[in-house]
Amino acid sequence: MNLNDVMGVLPELIVILTALIAIIVDVAARERNASASQGVTVLGLLVAGVVAIASPAETAMLMSGQVFNDGFASWFRALFCAIGAMTAVFSLVYLKHRNIRLGEYYSLLAMCVFGMMVMGSAANLLLFFVGLETMSISLYVLVGLRRDDSGSVEGSLKYLVLGAFSSAFLLYGMALIYGGIGSLEYVVIGDALRDSTGIGPMTVTGIGLLLVGFAFKISAVPFHFWSPDVYEGAPTTITAFMSTGAKAAAFVGLIRVFGIALAETNEHWVGVLTVLSIVTMTLGNVSALRQTSVKRMLAYSSIAHAGYLLVGIVAGSKAAFAASGFYLIGYALMNLGAFGVLILLNQRGKGDYSIDSLRGMGTVHPVLGLTMAIFMLSLIGIPPTAGFFGKLFVFSAAIERGHLLLAIIGLLNSAVAAYYYLRVISTMYMAKPEGDVAITEPMGYKVALVISSILIIVLGMFPDQLVAALLKAVP
Amino acid sequence: MAVELSHYLLLSAVLFGIGTLGVLTRKNLIIILMSVELMLNAVNLTFISLARHAADQEAQVIVFFVLCVAAAEVAVGLAILISIWRKRGTMNVDALSALRG
Repeated sequence: MNLNDVMGVLPELIVILTALIAIIVDVAARERNASASQGVTVLGLLVAGVVAIASPAETAMLMSGQVFNDGFASWFRALFCAIGAMTAVFSLVYLKHRNIRLGEYYSLLAMCVFGMMVMGSAANLLLFFVGLETMSISLYVLVGLRRDDSGSVEGSLKYLVLGAFSSAFLLYGMALIYGGIGSLEYVVIGDALRDSTGIGPMTVTGIGLLLVGFAFKISAVPFHFWSPDVYEGAPTTITAFMSTGAKAAAFVGLIRVFGIALAETNEHWVGVLTVLSIVTMTLGNVSALRQTSVKRMLAYSSIAHAGYLLVGIVAGSKAAFAASGFYLIGYALMNLGAFGVLILLNQRGKGDYSIDSLRGMGTVHPVLGLTMAIFMLSLIGIPPTAGFFGKLFVFSAAIERGHLLLAIIGLLNSAVAAYYYLRVISTMYMAKPEGDVAITEPMGYKVALVISSILIIVLGMFPDQLVAALLKAVP
Repeated sequence: MAVELSHYLLLSAVLFGIGTLGVLTRKNLIIILMSVELMLNAVNLTFISLARHAADQEAQVIVFFVLCVAAAEVAVGLAILISIWRKRGTMNVDALSALRG
């Protein structure tokens, strides 16, 4: 390991350092300043994100071929840092109103971001697994943070059991691939598959088990049953974080492992992924239709979005991966934003997040109403928003590769989804507000919401630049 | 009869299967956690026997990583079990049905 290696993983190092400093600052300054460790975390993650984007990806591999340092890794490192920073911004209000006084919160959040960054830049299945577990174990704790709330504890336990269960499948798949090919490095696996004429039964079984593990992690139907419960039970800030960050990290892994390293064997799994994609988006949307809690509705909607994203993996071209990257960035902005508004509006409620709790909020709180409307329109995929172009790029990449049916089903699903997203907007603007609607709106929080809604519109007006940059970065 | 690689692989596959069945059928949360551990250790056995067969050290190192991860997972898992116990006073999975819809 030389200096070049250390400089290459500088963003990761900054995030780890942030996690350590956050917990020390909390111990030292909690009595005087409750937001000190939040400030440290936001600052540290932003710095790491800027470093990730600014540092030139000169060498493609670091640490003797264990870590990717390509443009794709940089983009996702920055995305994970941004998601973490935004979650930290949303957290202060939430924690204060729920009376959660836990110093390790921000530290664990930064650890999670670190795990995601490792997942995004790992060039070795083992390293990917370690990153995944770093993220997951921190998330188990974060989900169960409200120990006085039985839903939170229950969600945490379900997440732990199903998470560990699926990790075992993932790991067994890795072991069998190691047995069949003799290495866990993506590049070596890719080369070995390209050179060999056929693959043995051990490798095929390994790929199958790996696919099951990944399907659990991205909560694809029929491996999704844990996720609505976990998303509902978790503290809402963590729900927002998981549905964007953890999902994006799993998808980067899926792109690197299935999209690139195992691309040669795609006749074995493209069919399965196509079916998974169709079932996932359809069932996610249909279940979201009948939810009365907005939080749970967004949980199902995030399952549906995983289905759209799978279309990009099925298409399997460079353009499709760039499109998936664009989709993930846009989705992170709009979903985090939607949860952000929800947290602010429900700060004094009993935390039920029912659709009725949003009645008339659009007219009472114009900024929140407008930003929420933008987030919802983008989630539907109405131009000119990032959500529209994310879907457009992914579906057109699929059509280019001959998956016309998949794209049509995706479009039909988007139309179904419009109903439940529009219901949120109409409740916010058409209904009369009830009871006491006063809320505190911290400045930094509002700024974060406004910035992300502006970014969504900007990405919707000028999508080409980002897509071109991502296309250049795709390995 | 000499013990060969395939025997070890078969044994670990059987252990993995027993662990999977345990997670899916048992009701006691502690037994479910134990079953998950059995699955992870079945994978470890696979790695070790493959490493020995190929005289490769890489897989032996992997096992150490997996052991660490499994230990961390159990530590968090038991902590969560304790808070479930305090909240509900039961270790039965059927009691975990507050979240539905």
